[in-house]
Order: sequence, then structure tokens, then C-alpha cells
Amino acid sequence: MKITTVVRGAVACATALALAMPAFAQDKKTSIKVGFVTFLSGPAAGPFGVPAKMAAEAIVESLNAGKAPAPYQSKGFGGIPIELVIIDEAGGATKQVSEYRTLVQRQEVDVVIGYIGSGDCLAVAPVAEELKKLTVLVDCGTPRIFEDASYRYVFRTRPHATMDAVAAVLYLLDNRPAVKRVSGINQNYAYGQDSWNDFEATIKTLKPGVEIISSQMPKFGAGQYGAEISALISSAPDVIHSSLWGGDLEAFMLQAQPRDLFKNSQLVLVAGEPYLHRLPGKIPDGTIVGARGTNGVFAPDSAHKRWLTEIYKAKVGIDPNYPAYSTAEAFLGVKAAFEKAMRQKIGAATPMGAAKNVKEEMEKAYAPPNQDEIIAAFEKLSFESPSGRVNMSLGKGHQAVMGTAYGTTRTENGVVKVGNIKYYDAERVTPPEGMTSLDWIKSGMKRSK
Amino acid sequence: MSHLIAVLIDGTIYASWLFVIAVGLTLIYGVMKILNIAHGSLYALGAFTAVTFCNAWFAHGYPALGSFAMLGLAAIAVGLVAGPVIERGLLRFMYGKDEVVLVLVTYALFLILEDVIKLVWGVDPLFVQGPNGESPYALLGNFEISGLNYPNYSLLLIGVAVATGAALTWVLTRTKAGKLLIAVIHDREMSAALGIDVGRTYFVTFTVGAMLAAVGGALTAPTVSVVTGMGAEVIVVAFAVVVIGGLGSLPGAALGAFIVGMVRAASIHFAPELELFSVYLVMAVVLIVRPKGLFSGAEVRKI
Amino acid sequence: MKSDSTSIAIGVITVVLLVAAPFLPNWAMSLANVALCYGTVVLGMMLLMRTGLVSFGHGLYYCLGAYAAGMIDQMLKLPDMALMVAAAAAATAVVSAILGLLLARYRDIFFAMLSLAFSMILYGLLVKSSSLGSTDGFNISAKTIVGIAVADDARRYAGYGITVVMTMLSALLLNRYLRSHRGRLAEAIRDNELRVEYMGSSVRSTVHLHYVISAVLAGIGGAMMAINIGHIDPEMTYWPQSGEFVFIAILSGTGNVFAPLGGALVFETIRSFAYEYSPNTWQMVLGITMLIVMIFLPGGLWSLIQRRKAA
Repeated sequence: MKITTVVRGAVACATALALAMPAFAQDKKTSIKVGFVTFLSGPAAGPFGVPAKMAAEAIVESLNAGKAPAPYQSKGFGGIPIELVIIDEAGGATKQVSEYRTLVQRQEVDVVIGYIGSGDCLAVAPVAEELKKLTVLVDCGTPRIFEDASYRYVFRTRPHATMDAVAAVLYLLDNRPAVKRVSGINQNYAYGQDSWNDFEATIKTLKPGVEIISSQMPKFGAGQYGAEISALISSAPDVIHSSLWGGDLEAFMLQAQPRDLFKNSQLVLVAGEPYLHRLPGKIPDGTIVGARGTNGVFAPDSAHKRWLTEIYKAKVGIDPNYPAYSTAEAFLGVKAAFEKAMRQKIGAATPMGAAKNVKEEMEKAYAPPNQDEIIAAFEKLSFESPSGRVNMSLGKGHQAVMGTAYGTTRTENGVVKVGNIKYYDAERVTPPEGMTSLDWIKSGMKRSK
Repeated sequence: MSHLIAVLIDGTIYASWLFVIAVGLTLIYGVMKILNIAHGSLYALGAFTAVTFCNAWFAHGYPALGSFAMLGLAAIAVGLVAGPVIERGLLRFMYGKDEVVLVLVTYALFLILEDVIKLVWGVDPLFVQGPNGESPYALLGNFEISGLNYPNYSLLLIGVAVATGAALTWVLTRTKAGKLLIAVIHDREMSAALGIDVGRTYFVTFTVGAMLAAVGGALTAPTVSVVTGMGAEVIVVAFAVVVIGGLGSLPGAALGAFIVGMVRAASIHFAPELELFSVYLVMAVVLIVRPKGLFSGAEVRKI
Repeated sequence: MKSDSTSIAIGVITVVLLVAAPFLPNWAMSLANVALCYGTVVLGMMLLMRTGLVSFGHGLYYCLGAYAAGMIDQMLKLPDMALMVAAAAAATAVVSAILGLLLARYRDIFFAMLSLAFSMILYGLLVKSSSLGSTDGFNISAKTIVGIAVADDARRYAGYGITVVMTMLSALLLNRYLRSHRGRLAEAIRDNELRVEYMGSSVRSTVHLHYVISAVLAGIGGAMMAINIGHIDPEMTYWPQSGEFVFIAILSGTGNVFAPLGGALVFETIRSFAYEYSPNTWQMVLGITMLIVMIFLPGGLWSLIQRRKAA
């Protein structure tokens, strides 16, 4: 072993790295580069990741063409076209942190939008702070992001998952006040556990006599639910709560329906909406479903909803599901903040004639807003989206709150429809600033306003 | 009492499923000493192909019962195509390498096949389902025991598991080919010297093993939504079953599947909290008591 | 003198890595960081492999080390980098010493599978622990180093510094050990245990010792990863993570302590660029790379350098 060999090896490695580095030529802003991160592989790709990616592509095409409805009719972000870079969210939080750095530093994106997994969101947020890069989280259920910490560069344009459980209980008690025995089947990972814990705590608070019979916690991706279904049938609950999603939900429904599990038990699917069109005949009539917000079938009719439906349908062929709605919220949120910052700059520019260097002043005022200006405009912003108005009012103006809705399914001519829709406004289902979700639920869920 | 019956039935059904997905793995290990991680991909390939075949069958409006033939055909097709391609195209260059290297070769293969499946079938979950909702799963109806409904499809699963086990036992113990195979298992070089075509034995074994993985996938397809990544979830469980029974042992795989199936069913009924660990706890306990699994032969000491 | 030249090279590279830090682009530094953390884990895998053992469950110690570091931050509120690394080493040493009593009796695929079972049991335990964030894990931020507060902006460099120093120190000590009498036993055990026993050396205690050393290295790697990434979750002990370590070890070869470090760097670079340029098929890129290495470089990447030396 010679030193020279090692040194030569090290030099070779370094050279390889240097060569592999893409050459950057930084010019004036001719486009705004958006890094979009979502699941392109793994179990979350089908139901969430790919619809989100399709939505992102459709939205960027439409925004760049200036075809979105008011107030979003200007092209791109404030007239500057958007350029999309998409990467895979699969591989776990540790890898996502490395990929985030790559995205920001090697790809030099101007803003990062994305992340569906709660673990990924939690891990990426502090890195966004370190790298000082505007990052907009698209989904991730966990309330911990802004309850455990506060961030300057991180925004989430979607409400967190606590309201799903709270609204589910409110809806259930409205429609089935006599409920006595409750069971749950949820995946054994953070979202499934939180979902069940929130639901259990809420129903115990609102209806103290309720008996919690069993909580089935199959492994994520288990696929075979025979024994769980037997256990659920033999314990005969009135209500079965489930936050299953994706392939797991579909497999469970496929295996449970022929076994008459739902003959005597009311099913509550917290995140059931994206699967309705996929499960005709397998989702029993009378199932309570939610869409994690006023998305999809729950979105009130508006120009923005029609716009998203049209561009998504043109690309994918079906109606957009809730990940598509969340993606739209994130893009429109950034656009709204960007353009608000732009207007504020122009508005604040020295009145003509009063300044010495009019030309320079004007150029400065009309230059694209910098990141700090966008962030200032984003905080506490309120903007329109396909799922209704989004208010960035929690987490010091970084966390969105929205109302939500639940409904009941019925099948008509082989199509699953949702009826008896009830809306719950944000103050009723969201904890106030400074209070963690579980504490708020246990303290009786006072309206936050 | 009714709980115990339910545990027994649920356990048996799950054990049958485990046996079907694990038996090909133990066969390939027994003969070729390859712990085949790509077994999970072959399982997934079987499932995806079954969806394609069955749905095409339904789309033509042929009688729904024929979809069972499509499940079988899908498994055979995957076995006959993927098995030879992988064995001839890749594995045969690797024989004689370290066992760990072989595991990694199949791991690489697993990564490649995951993406191949994604490129061919996309990432949307798929169902075995006809235009009017026909599915082999619901087609057979239910049976009832102590107040619980079970689909008859589960009986089919049990039947396939028993038939597979019986057929393999018969081939291994009663036929000439099986006896030659056992010779190869015991001493590859000596068998080759005696004129047994070891290359051919490996070729046939891997093809049969691949087909068994695909049978597992095809039979599972109608009961789940077929989704990318399903192979990864199955492979570790299948490993556990095979290791518990003793690698390369056919009765071992059966007993391993039975134990894991029963323990899992019991934990779901009596202590759902433990379900997540059940398989690995059983594996650790068995390996601690019997380091080489329940069925393992004595080993020759080479000095 | 062979041992001297590797040791000197370790010293030279340590200095080069530390001096180069301010000039590296941020992403390159984090890539090097991750590669060094992986490299430390794989150093341990290399020692095991030389002893003829492959663990498919080393994620257990990688994760345990990371969680030990996390506990220092969460429970004790002492976010000190050095303390975190020390806690990781201590925790993994204790656990591996106990599990090693059992595992030292196992060989080949059975050793691999029992390790896997233990790592999956830890995974199950962590998934069940809601207070530790279940599968979401939790964030940690190390604010001091041996009691000295580090400014926010300098923290990245501090994390990098401790990673470089710990990795290189591990490499140095392991290199020394491999050249000692006991260290040389490793390959003898791999080739023929009975002969080693007949020569009067205890195979079992050597295997046990090597298991503990490799576990501690994995723990240190995990703690450093936790410090650098700032987030830990149970995925660190899930089987594909352990598989990745085995893969890097095979990719690297066991010829020299530099092999795992170089192998980890190559692996991370390939993965990072595959993610970026082939987001839909990065798994395929990795798989094909793996096959190419195993077919054309059965001795791992290190054999390239060795071949060159021989020529």
C-alpha cells in the first residue's frame, strides 16, 4: 500500500465529482425554477404521488399559458414562466434531506414545493431553515411541524390531520347519536396511530359513555386482512374507524365486503374520497367518507374548482382527487404571495418625480420580488383555491387552516355518490395557535375564535 | 371457543398463503444455495400478469369461471419466461460465488424488476375485475363457521398450498428426477462427475421456483389491489417462514408457515398490539433454540 | 512499512478533507458527510466480512446509535455532538455485547437472518413508540461540541468536522487492529475455523469481539448521521437500509480501510445523481450498477486500485 496510490485514488474521486458537477451559468431571471417532490415509486405513488405530479404539471402548463381564472390570470408567477423539476420522495427521510440539499444547491431551484410523508416534512423543514429556501409543504398529516417548532422559510398550505378526526366524530354523532361500541383498523405507522388516537380522544370527550372495543393495527402494506376482519366481526362494533389508504384500503375493502363485515357496523373512512371511483360495489352504502378537507366532491363549486377539474381531466382523464387539490393550493399560494409581494413593491416605490433616479427606482420596483419579500407577503395570507379559501393563520402565519366536510356514500347505477354532506368551519375543528392538538381535544375542543 | 375456532381458521388460511409464497424460495435455496430476494419481484410479476390476463378475459365477455384458468396461465407464463431469462441470462454466470454475493445479485435484480414493473404497469393500484365487477374472489361465495363468514376462495388457497406441497414431495421422493435432484443438493461436484446434468437441474429448479412465486402472486391478486412495491412487503415475511422451518427444507417451510400463521392470527385476536412483531419474534425464538431452523440436517465438518 | 503508509495516508486525507471544507460547495460537503457516515458503518461490515460474517441487520446498530444520540437531545437536553457520539458508542457496545453472546455461535446465512430478525424487532418497537414519533421519527439539533457552543452558521462545519475526525480515527484504529495478531485471525477464521481452534485461539471470542467493534462503528456512523441530517426515524433499522450497507461493503471490497470509505462515496454519488437525472428509474440504475460491479469487479472497487498497483 503506497501513499501515492491512495492520494491518486482520492484525486481521481475528486476529479470524478468535479466532472459530474453540472456547469451552472446563472443569468438574469428568465424563469422561476420550482423543485417538486412527491412519491414516484412505492405504495404512496399511485393514490397520492402521481396524481400530485400530474396536477403539478397541468397547473404549471396552465399558469404559464395564463389560462387560470382570476386572480391568477397573469402568466407563470407574476409574468415569469415556471420551470418544474420533479424528484422522487421515496427512500425515507434521511435520503430526502440529502435530496433536498441537492435540489436547492445543485439544481438551484427558487422554491421547493412538495412532500406528502409526515416524516419527510419534519426532516426537511429544519434544513429549509438552514439553507434559507422557501419551501411549501403540500400534504403531510402531522400537526407536529408547526406545533413543535416554528419556521421562517417553511409554509404548509394545507390543514393538518387533527381536523379529520374531529370532524369525523362530529359527523358521526350528528348522524348516529346512539353509537356505543367503536373499533378501529389503522395502519401501524405514525399517521395511522395519530389518526386513531385523535379519533379515540375526540369521541371519548364528546360522548363519554362510548366503549372502545378494539384497535386493529395491521402492518403497513400487510395486504392480508383475513384475521383482522374475523376479529372485527366477532367483536361486533357499531362503528369502525379507519384511516387506511391506497392499496391497503382497497385490499381491506375487497376482503371485508364479501364477508359482511359492514352489515352491522358503520364504516368511517377518514381518507376514503380518492378511492370512491375505484371501488364501486365494494364500498357499502352509508359509509362515512372524508377527503381531508373540502377537496374533490366536497369542494364547493367555483371557477377555481372548474379550472382544476378541467386541466386535470384533460391530462389524466378522471376528476382530480385530494392530492391534486393540495398541489393546487401550494402552487396558487406561492403565486398569490409572489404577486402580492410584487404589488406591494410597486405600491411602495417612491412616487414619480419625487425621486432623483426615476429610472433606477422603477427598475427596482418592477424587479421580481426577492425571497424575503415573498415570505413577508405569504405570512397570514388568505387566498382562493379550488377547495375554497385558504387562510394561513396558524403557526405564526405559516400553517393553513380550512374547513372540512364529511358525507355519506350511496351507489347509483354503479357509481358511488356522496350525499348528506356537512361542512365544518375551521374554528370548530382546528386547535388555536399555541395549543397542541391532543391537549385541545382533551380540554373539550373550544372553538378557536 | 368461537375465538379459538376463528384463530384456527384465520391461521390456516394465512399459513397457506405463506406456504405458497415461501415454498419456491426454499426450493431454490435448497438446490442452488441462492437466497433469492427477486422472489418478491416474481411474486409481484405474477400478480400483475394475472390482473392483465384476467381483465382481458373478462373484457372479452368470456364465462367468469375461466378467470381461474387465467390466474394459472399467468403464473405459468411468468415462470416460463422470467425463470429461464433470469437463470440463463444472469445467474448461471454467478454459480460458485459466495452466498452473500448471490443474495446481492438477486437484490440488484429485485431493484431492476421493481422499476420494470413500474414502467410496464404504472403506479396505479390495479384490480382483478371485469366490466361488471366480476372477480374470481367473490365468484365462489362464502361458507360460515360459528357465526363468521369466510370466502370459499380461501379454501382454494388452502387446496393449492396442500397440492403444491404434496406434488413437490412426490417429485422429490418418488421420481427419478427428484432423486437426481437430491443427489445434486448433497454434492454438486460429485453429481456432475457421475454424469448428472447440473446445469439443467439448476435451470429447471429456478424455473419451477419462479413459477411458484408467480403462483403466489397470481392467487393473491384477486384478494388485494395490485400495487408496485408489493413484492418488497412479501419478501421478508417469506424469508422468515423459510428460515424458521430450516432453509431448503420443504416440510420446514410448511411447519414455518403454520407456526407464523397461527401466531399472527392469535395475536390479532387476543393482542393486536403484538401483530407487528409476531413474525420476527417467532423467528428470533426459533433461531435461538434451533440455530439452523426447525428442520436442518447435520453438516459435514471440513477440516 | 505497509501499516505506516496507510496510517500516514489517513492523516493526509484527514487534513485535506478538513482544509477543503470551506471551499466545497454545500451539497458536495453534505454528500461527503453522508458518505463518511456510511463509510464508518461499512468499516465495521468490512471487519465482519473479513471474519467471514455478513450481517443483514446492521441497521439495528446504525439506528440504535442514532436514537441514542437523539435521546441525549430529547431526554437529557444536552445537545452536544461529542456526547451524542459517545452515547451511541456506549449503547451499541452494551447491546452488541449481549446479542453477541448469542450471535457469535452463528455463521453464514443464519447469522445474517438472526441479525435481520433483531433489527426488525427494533423496528417494531420504534414504530410502536408514539412518544418517539413512531415512523415519523423526530428532529435533533446538536448545538455544542465538547461543551463549546457552536454558532448556527458554523454548525454544519462542526458536524462535518466531527464526522471527518471520527471516521478517520475509526479507520486508523481499525487499520492498526487489522494488522495486529488478533486482527489477522479474522481471515483465518473465515477460511477455516477448526484450524484456528486447533492453533489454540478462541474463534468465538474473536467473532464476538469483531461483532461488538462493528456494532460500535455502526452506532457511531448512525449518531454522526443523526447530527448531520438532523432527523432520525425507524427506517434506519428497516431491512433495505441494512441491505444497502452490505451492498456498499461488497462494492468496496475488503482490501483496505480506504475501500469502504471510497465505496461509500462512489455509492452516494451514483445514488444522488440517479435520483436527480432519472427520478423514475433510479432503482434500476442502482441495480444495474450493482450487477456490473459484481460481474466485472468481484473483488470490489478496491481491486481496481490493487490491480493498478500490481501493474
